[in-house]
Amino acid sequence: MQSLSNRKKILEQEPMNFWERIYLPAIFKGLAITLRHFFMKKNTIRYPEETREYSKNFRGMHSLKRDELGRERCTACGLCALSCPAEAITMIAAERQKGEENLYREEKYAAVYEINMLRCIFCGLCEEACPKEAIYLDGPHVPPEYLRKDFIYGKDKLVEQPFINLEELSLNK
Amino acid sequence: MEFAFIIEKFILIIVVFVITLVIAMYSTLAERKVAGFMQDRLGPDRAGIFGILQPLCDGGKFFFKEEIIPAGAHRPLFILGPTLAIITACIGSAVIPWGQALTIGDRVVELQVADVNVGILYIFGVVALGVYGIMLGGWASNNKFSLMGAVRAASQSISYELAMGLSIIALLMVTQSLSLKEIVAQQEGFVNWNIWAQPLGFLIFLICAFAETNRVPFDLPECETELVGGYHTEYSSMKLGLYMFSEYINMFVSSALMAAIYFGGYNFPFMYDLGLSANWITIIGVFVFFIKIIAFIFFFMWIRWTLPRFRYDQLMNLGWKMLIPLALANIALTGVFIILKDKFF
Amino acid sequence: MTVFYFVAFLSLFFAVMTIISKNPVHSVLYLVVTFFTFSIHYILLNAQFLAVVNFIIYMGAIMVLFLFVLMLLNMNEDSEPLKSIFVKAMGVIAGMCFIIILAASFKVLQTSPPLEIINPEIGLVGNLGKVLFKEFLLPFEISSILLLTAMVGAVLLGKKDKKKA
Repeated sequence: MQSLSNRKKILEQEPMNFWERIYLPAIFKGLAITLRHFFMKKNTIRYPEETREYSKNFRGMHSLKRDELGRERCTACGLCALSCPAEAITMIAAERQKGEENLYREEKYAAVYEINMLRCIFCGLCEEACPKEAIYLDGPHVPPEYLRKDFIYGKDKLVEQPFINLEELSLNK
Repeated sequence: MEFAFIIEKFILIIVVFVITLVIAMYSTLAERKVAGFMQDRLGPDRAGIFGILQPLCDGGKFFFKEEIIPAGAHRPLFILGPTLAIITACIGSAVIPWGQALTIGDRVVELQVADVNVGILYIFGVVALGVYGIMLGGWASNNKFSLMGAVRAASQSISYELAMGLSIIALLMVTQSLSLKEIVAQQEGFVNWNIWAQPLGFLIFLICAFAETNRVPFDLPECETELVGGYHTEYSSMKLGLYMFSEYINMFVSSALMAAIYFGGYNFPFMYDLGLSANWITIIGVFVFFIKIIAFIFFFMWIRWTLPRFRYDQLMNLGWKMLIPLALANIALTGVFIILKDKFF
Repeated sequence: MTVFYFVAFLSLFFAVMTIISKNPVHSVLYLVVTFFTFSIHYILLNAQFLAVVNFIIYMGAIMVLFLFVLMLLNMNEDSEPLKSIFVKAMGVIAGMCFIIILAASFKVLQTSPPLEIINPEIGLVGNLGKVLFKEFLLPFEISSILLLTAMVGAVLLGKKDKKKA
């Protein structure tokens, strides 16, 4: 076939000379390479004792954030669910009752908030969509489970631990 | 035959046997470690420090795994296969001289189980017998891949035995003896090592030793990429373990043989200039011998993780068209050299 | 002497087993064991070199080739060709002849004077080599030429016919 790019190069294989035919020099070269690797630094990370550092923009498990007073930021607007390309997020909204002001920042909050970790592709679009800065993908990897239903994370697993003021704690004691 | 003699030989046999098995055991670990290190990994390091307990774990696993004998297999031969393999592997070390004589009190204890007059040929015979284990196991499995492995093992071992025997003949012309004890005793010091007299013969012998132990690049009988597992495809639990073990024992014995007949065995440079007593020289000699053996075992592994496997026709071409003519030429050259040396020196 | 009788019994036993076992692979294996007992006989006679050579060549090479061929053929009772009456009749005649020869040989049987071994080391390699290369040099060389001819013939037969291919 005619070459269209004119860059075709016909390689001609020369017959092997004596040293190539007896293969021994090539074998010694190979042995030298493997011996060099024998003494090289090993790349293995002994996992449970050492862990590899994550990159700065690693996206792992989601967490629902609280504000500086320890109230949940999420207002159940549903933008995250809407933006989610994998349709992994569902929620049921509820109205804040009197006396719950210290629990929820907005007047509307998510009574149920579920993310299906098997569907989630960790793209981070929910994070970008959220107007309240309530959801971040800043956790570690999602741990393995035996049952599919255990991968549907509810608020118990997603919401950040309440903010504990250590000084206050020590004062109370 | 006196009682003390029997006790002495009995202890020696037990010691040699234990050392053989321990070295074979730790060869399995060393193999994985060497593989890891050459591939920039660490290899097994969980069981004990540096993975030192790994062989024990593997052995335990082998013993407790379910043993499966296929329904279509030929039962007696299926069991005989690995048995023969391990027995022939173990009896090879009987004629290897591990060191000079030890003097305990007024008894002279030879560190060799049996000084057979035809020691080298004995090892050849044992090696030739070793292929039966593979052939019987492969055939009795009633599996076409196993049979292919068995057939390959048979033809490969016969082809390379020829070249191996021819390379040895040239060596025997130099040593004038078939007894391993004498061959080693001749190679005193450093310059008398047979490797200097027989470099080409050693190369041929080395290549054939790789082929006879079924090690890469000659591991066509088990060739995972073509034959599933080759002759031991159908084997499980300790029977498979015995096959693998016999491979490592074979490696140890052939390393010992190469170290003994080409690299001076227990001899080391300046052994008589250090002013040590005879017993100390013997003990150091045994250590030196084992260092040489371990170096050869490492070389076996080094080659394994460097070279790819041969294609079957390449293997046959190398054996019949390269090694045998080379070995014959080596014999002729050696003869000419010996005659010239007699005439002019 | 008891060792000799025991080993001789073993050789005869395994030789008979070679003939009467139905499975050809078993036959070959019994033959291997028979050769092994022969090696023991050689050792009893202090012919170590012969013993080991018998071990290497017969057990290690020739029998492996036998086994090799049998494994590839996969012979069993179904594939065994039917023997014609003619062949059976020939077998009977040949067997009869053999028995007559055996019986005749018993007639001339007599005890030979006990063999005196002049040199107990006669079976060792050095002596064997000297005998082969001094007294029997011509027969030795002729037999080597015979073997070479056989090898050349085998290679010739094994080569592909270029016209047909």
